[in-house]
Amino acid sequence: MTTTAAPPPGKKVNRIGLELVEYKGGKTTLCAGCGHNAISERIVEAFYEMGIEPERVVKLSGIGCSSKSPAYFLGRSHGFNSVHGRMPSVGTGAILANRQLLAIGVSGDGDTGAIGIGQFVHLMRRNLPIVYIIEDNGCYGLTKGQFSPTADLGSRLKTGVVNDLPPIDTCALAIELGATFVARSFSGDKKQLLSILKAAVSHGGTSMIDVLSPCVTFNDHEGSTKSYSYVKDHDEPLGEVSFVPYFDDIEVDYEPGTTKEVEMHDGSKLYLKKVAENYDPTHKGAALRLLRETSERGVYATGVLYVERNRPNLVELLNLVDEPLATLPLERVRPPKAALDEIMESLR
Amino acid sequence: MAPSDVAVHESASEQTTRRITNDFSIQVATVNGSGSQTANLVLLRSIFQMGVPVSGKNLFPSNIAGLPTWFTIRANKDGYIGRKKEIDFLVAMNPETAREDVMTLESGAAVLYDEPLRLDALRDDLVFYAAPFDKLVVPVCPNAKLRKLVRNMIYDGMLAKLLDIDLAEMEKALRKQFGKKAKAAELNRGALQAGWDYAEANFTKRDPLRVERMDKTGGMILIEGNAAAAIGCMMAGVTVVGWYPITPSSSLAESLIAYMREHRVDKETGKATFAILQAEDELAALGIVLGAGWAGARAMTATAGPGISLMAEFAGLGYYTELPAVVFDIQRVGPSTGLPTRTAQGDVLSTAVLSHGDTKQVLLIPSSVGEIYQMAMDAFDLAETLQTPVFVMSDLDLGMNTWMSDPFPYPEGPIHRGKRLDRAKLAELGSFGRYRDVDGDGVPYRTIPLDGLPPYFNRGSGHNPDGKYSERPDDYVNNLDRLARKFETAKTHVPKPEVDDDPEAAIGFIAYGTSHWAALESRDQLRKEAGVRTAYLRVRAYPFTDEVKAFVERYHRVYVIEQNRDAQLRALMRIDLAPELMRNVRSVLHYDGLPIDARSITDSVLAQEAGHDGMTTE
Repeated sequence: MTTTAAPPPGKKVNRIGLELVEYKGGKTTLCAGCGHNAISERIVEAFYEMGIEPERVVKLSGIGCSSKSPAYFLGRSHGFNSVHGRMPSVGTGAILANRQLLAIGVSGDGDTGAIGIGQFVHLMRRNLPIVYIIEDNGCYGLTKGQFSPTADLGSRLKTGVVNDLPPIDTCALAIELGATFVARSFSGDKKQLLSILKAAVSHGGTSMIDVLSPCVTFNDHEGSTKSYSYVKDHDEPLGEVSFVPYFDDIEVDYEPGTTKEVEMHDGSKLYLKKVAENYDPTHKGAALRLLRETSERGVYATGVLYVERNRPNLVELLNLVDEPLATLPLERVRPPKAALDEIMESLR
Repeated sequence: MAPSDVAVHESASEQTTRRITNDFSIQVATVNGSGSQTANLVLLRSIFQMGVPVSGKNLFPSNIAGLPTWFTIRANKDGYIGRKKEIDFLVAMNPETAREDVMTLESGAAVLYDEPLRLDALRDDLVFYAAPFDKLVVPVCPNAKLRKLVRNMIYDGMLAKLLDIDLAEMEKALRKQFGKKAKAAELNRGALQAGWDYAEANFTKRDPLRVERMDKTGGMILIEGNAAAAIGCMMAGVTVVGWYPITPSSSLAESLIAYMREHRVDKETGKATFAILQAEDELAALGIVLGAGWAGARAMTATAGPGISLMAEFAGLGYYTELPAVVFDIQRVGPSTGLPTRTAQGDVLSTAVLSHGDTKQVLLIPSSVGEIYQMAMDAFDLAETLQTPVFVMSDLDLGMNTWMSDPFPYPEGPIHRGKRLDRAKLAELGSFGRYRDVDGDGVPYRTIPLDGLPPYFNRGSGHNPDGKYSERPDDYVNNLDRLARKFETAKTHVPKPEVDDDPEAAIGFIAYGTSHWAALESRDQLRKEAGVRTAYLRVRAYPFTDEVKAFVERYHRVYVIEQNRDAQLRALMRIDLAPELMRNVRSVLHYDGLPIDARSITDSVLAQEAGHDGMTTE
């Protein structure tokens, strides 16, 4: 495999011998300063630092600014830019076809909260192994700035139009629906987002991350609750999120009593250094209360909000054979003649 | 005096001298949810076991329990298995419909009815047999709660007596129907016997109908089209299924689940070589199929008209990004919800162009249970060979009704997985571009995730031969022209029509799907009754192959027989054939929700031939 070839001396490489550049994608066509570009950069870093073979990854998306972004990271991975709001079903088919794939789906707040709410709901229920990122700017960028369902009550378009419908909190919804990993972050918070992405990749079920990602063109102004300045002022991190991959033997020094350790599906460890008092990310009720209480204050709680471990994912529930279904040889997928004879006999 | 004696009228009794053997239809009118399906299948199967060709058609309401349902069994010594328009023997068990059912019978028909309905007063030109079913069921079934379910088996016993059906064959059919449920079988056997005994003691045979042993069903099977399709899918090696329940397609997915659990789960590990997922809607069902097809799996879904409408957007994605998918459309009556439990061929035109923009889809159109089994396998081969969705256009009549067939042959050959890039090919080509027309047939090479070959970005937006995003006019035109070229290539792969030429005929018939059976019978009627000879072409796929044009050229007048209002297949022919050629093409259309019958075709053709343009839209 090319991925294990010895790197040229002096180049910085990850544990499988790849340079950061191997994880990059095409040149972005999004607006300069778009939060989505920052998220793409964190995705590149996360996969690079975790030493994941890009060939194992499939990138999926729906339609919208967010959904263009998979073209801008992991150029050595297969990608599928599907139809508006329907990426979850495409991802479901791909993962069922080949359980060895590592899926990352990028959606937006309209793609998820409006046209795709049905598929989002059922993805959360199914616990398909996929990292599902909502690049959440509260507006439709690609069609020039209309409100999306996550736009906050009272937020204002450049044209002066005020949103008078309540927003959907995708994180609270996901928790209610049975999602097993729910996080919120901010595109400008490099450290937190990177840690969350790594933990999400290690989770092994559906990892849902709502990333507030201000739209610099249509929604980054006074009166927008998803502008850079608003989010920066109203971001309330639950604590410092740290992630230690299972292959990493670095000693971590966290003080007992102030740190919550969560072991991920693959043996990696997620550490949440507490700021919020008594916050337990494995407690569904606490997570929902926190989201409610913070949103009433107009504040975004960020960090890993909820983690449920040990629930079987969809692939495990369906009890699939270990090998990818897509490449099973004919003799394993076509029953023998005796089976057909038996069926025919039963119909005589 | 027995009640039946009261019911017999003078004019009807004259018929006893006439005998009609192995050529009639029986209609059983009941209330759905009353267990009549078991009794009806036992009746059907017992005639089948006596070697007489049969077909069973269930006309049921879109409802769970309490509404009228009719089951029609046709026995025909000549092997005609399409619907027969006239009912020769009515079993009237449903008070709600009994009067109308009796009033619509042809003169001379026989009626077995539940005594309190007093149907004999309605007409004096029918043969009536009355029986007190509620009284008869009491000694047979002490448990009052079960009586409703056992009651119907009594009429089977009576029919056995009246029609000379071997009671032993009925008991055998009953055992088959109940399988391991010995108690239920025994209870029903008692009901069968009670019916037979009552008929022997009380009925005087006054109708001419009877069953006589033949040897025309030896070795054959009875199966519904949806189950046949499911077996075909399993034999094709399907691995991923996304589906959403909708009548009349649900039993395809459910049969498949049952067969796959039995034959595709490792006995030792309990692990499955398939994933079947009930999706949240039809959009998701096709999304799952396309995602799986993109990742290299053989994937399918099954649906009906409303589901096809919902799948339109994804169908375009499949066409434009060139992904394999197999979609079964078990057509029902509609626009909108329509008549969900009635049959039609109403999705042919819209599915052929399913999705917005310039889209053309490949259709396979089976006529029989044996053919849908084969076409299920063909569909997967074609979908991967052509890298496009393939729609198998079945209908409720084929999918949910019971048909005889020769047993299905085991597929001996390999499966065709299409143009997958490999290292040798990559070395030969030098580099990979997902949509390059390397071979000139419009079909490009593809790679799948984790195959160790170059990746690509599958996008429904504009793309160039390398699969890169492009809004260039020339890229778009070149790509669309290549897709048109690929559709031409499809013509060399799809099943050709079945043609029965007649050099002496002026008239040609074109039919497809389940209209085939009525068309065959109508050809015989026209020849025997009116001396009109016909040639025949049965369309089996879209795109049409050259045979269709050649057939239209060969005959003076061509009748396209279909089960929809708008002459949909003829409309597709208009796209391909010259207008002057289409001037000779007429229509026979049938769209009342019941399966098309031969008599309607014959009447329409004769009327049009005589210049009465009754049924055509011309």
